[in-house]
Amino acid sequence: MPRDLLLEVRSVNKRFGGLQALQAVGIRIERQQIYGLIGPNGAGKTTFFNVITGLVRPDTGAFELEGRSYEPTSVHRVAAAGIARTFQNIRLFGQMTVLENVMVGRHVRTHCGALAAVLRTRNARREEEQIRRRSAELLEYVGIGRFGHLQARALSYGDQRRLEIARALATDPKLLALDEPAAGMNATEKIALRGLLERIRSDGITILLIEHDVKLVMGLCDQVTVLDEGRIIKDGTPGQVQHDPAVIEAYLGRSHVPA
Amino acid sequence: MKLTPSGKDQHRHVALGATALVALVLLALPLVAGWLGPAWVRTLAFAALYVMLALGLNIVVGFAGLLDLGYIAFYAVGAYTFALLASPQLTENFPNIARAFPEGLHVPIWAAIPLGAGIAAAFGVLLGAPVLKLRGDYLAIVTLGFGEIIRIFLNNLNEPINLTNGPQGITLIDPVRIGQLRFDRSWSIWGLQLTSLQLYYYLFATLAVLCVLICVRLQDSRIGRAWVAIREDEIAAKAMGINVRNVKLLAFGLGATFGGVAGSMFAAFQGFVSPESFSLMESVIVLSMIVLGGLGHIPGVILGAVMLSVFPEFLRHTVGPLQNQLFGRILVDTEVLRMLVYGIALVVIMLYRPKGLWPAPLHGTAPRVAPSTPAQPPVGA
Repeated sequence: MPRDLLLEVRSVNKRFGGLQALQAVGIRIERQQIYGLIGPNGAGKTTFFNVITGLVRPDTGAFELEGRSYEPTSVHRVAAAGIARTFQNIRLFGQMTVLENVMVGRHVRTHCGALAAVLRTRNARREEEQIRRRSAELLEYVGIGRFGHLQARALSYGDQRRLEIARALATDPKLLALDEPAAGMNATEKIALRGLLERIRSDGITILLIEHDVKLVMGLCDQVTVLDEGRIIKDGTPGQVQHDPAVIEAYLGRSHVPA
Repeated sequence: MKLTPSGKDQHRHVALGATALVALVLLALPLVAGWLGPAWVRTLAFAALYVMLALGLNIVVGFAGLLDLGYIAFYAVGAYTFALLASPQLTENFPNIARAFPEGLHVPIWAAIPLGAGIAAAFGVLLGAPVLKLRGDYLAIVTLGFGEIIRIFLNNLNEPINLTNGPQGITLIDPVRIGQLRFDRSWSIWGLQLTSLQLYYYLFATLAVLCVLICVRLQDSRIGRAWVAIREDEIAAKAMGINVRNVKLLAFGLGATFGGVAGSMFAAFQGFVSPESFSLMESVIVLSMIVLGGLGHIPGVILGAVMLSVFPEFLRHTVGPLQNQLFGRILVDTEVLRMLVYGIALVVIMLYRPKGLWPAPLHGTAPRVAPSTPAQPPVGA
């Protein structure tokens, strides 16, 4: 089924001193896919992720979003281009309220500056009202609407992850990039997360996912890329990847590869 | 069906009442202080100036989380800008300017204040640009150096061209004049005799209220949220599409603007500026005000500024006479005592109220909330 390409990344190389963290890594993500990026610890998943979102500068690489090339040279431009991300170790604005956290996410899609805010122009008031309404909607959407007035750091771990997703969604992303969203979640929370991600996808947003939980990845993703030691060792559907000898070797060691 | 006033209406009534009360107190204060003596009115005027300074520094340190130890430099820039624009300093030293302004250089305040604010803002951006990547201690050191550089420049720019008149400072600065109203004389209105000090107080209080309004509106805006986001987590803020460089420069620039306005008012009020008014100690005192009051929380910042600016005057009027009565002479100079008490107060505050006297309501007081999964029923229920 040919669908249109959302993100294409080609031949990314990144070296940290003596370590070749990424070697000729590339992916193609189609619209409305849930795309998994897996691999053992230290495989380079997060580095690749950081390269795509502009946090780490690659040595080489070509990037295209919706057919237009973009240079991931600064994080805020990548966000403006339409890639929003969450973080492996949750990075919320701890002293702001839950609602305000999401409102910050609207920053990149709104325009009123300091002068408009001081004069409280009609535009500024309308925009502020829209920001507030949209943010409250997003909180409801991820299921933490009733916590809007609380301080972000007072939320439980699973809800903090949801808040990060709501905040990222507030930037109206085309691609939502999640760095280990299920880390530290219990089984119930994981099921709920899975439901949420499927709902986000069905609402037209493409998802790129780094995840350790193989069960979650295999059940959720349409397409998976497996990284090991900075190289792609396999990409394909979860079924194809699951039985690939190279993947099994990377995860479990050579003795587990079926003869 | 009987309509009861909704919560929002009630809230609005309370807010209106509070505003009216504050306005009444602000209006009545100098009249009351006038009975006690002119020194108190003067203290009140300075308190209003310090409120402006504290609010400006609060934008940089409290909102955006950028520790600035050289903030008083912007106060100095504003003061010297006003001094140069409204005193004989330039006409005496530069014949070209004297020829251009045969009646002397007397820039009116509606032009001098914006110029002072604008030049201070430019210096704010000038300081901000090279320190964008610095945080915490490193930023503090650089800003401290900046503050000293400005002061040393002011101290030494009497050669080769005499711009600032060096350590002697600039004298004969014009007082504030609005239309026919001269702020250096008393003025009677409605049978009320207002002294020069009281007039200045009203002017400064008006400007301070304006600063409060600007800060409040900025805080609840897209820009204010971006500042706090940067303070809380710079990388996450970038990932939300915030242009951290611009937003930080805006914080530096706006903070400096407040300092510049306060500085130009200071120059007009004193009629005299010299570098020693802008020492590192002043930066530290303004920083103490906002830390003591409650970093990032506007009411707290105002409280801190008023307390620390009125407090020395209070000491002078109580401890001095007390020592005279007890010992027949002044044993410990109140200036020394002031620093001692400042130090003790700050240590005590940091020990018992580390978020300040009047911190933002969210700081640490939000209830630890139950997780989203339903809570277990209590055992035995």
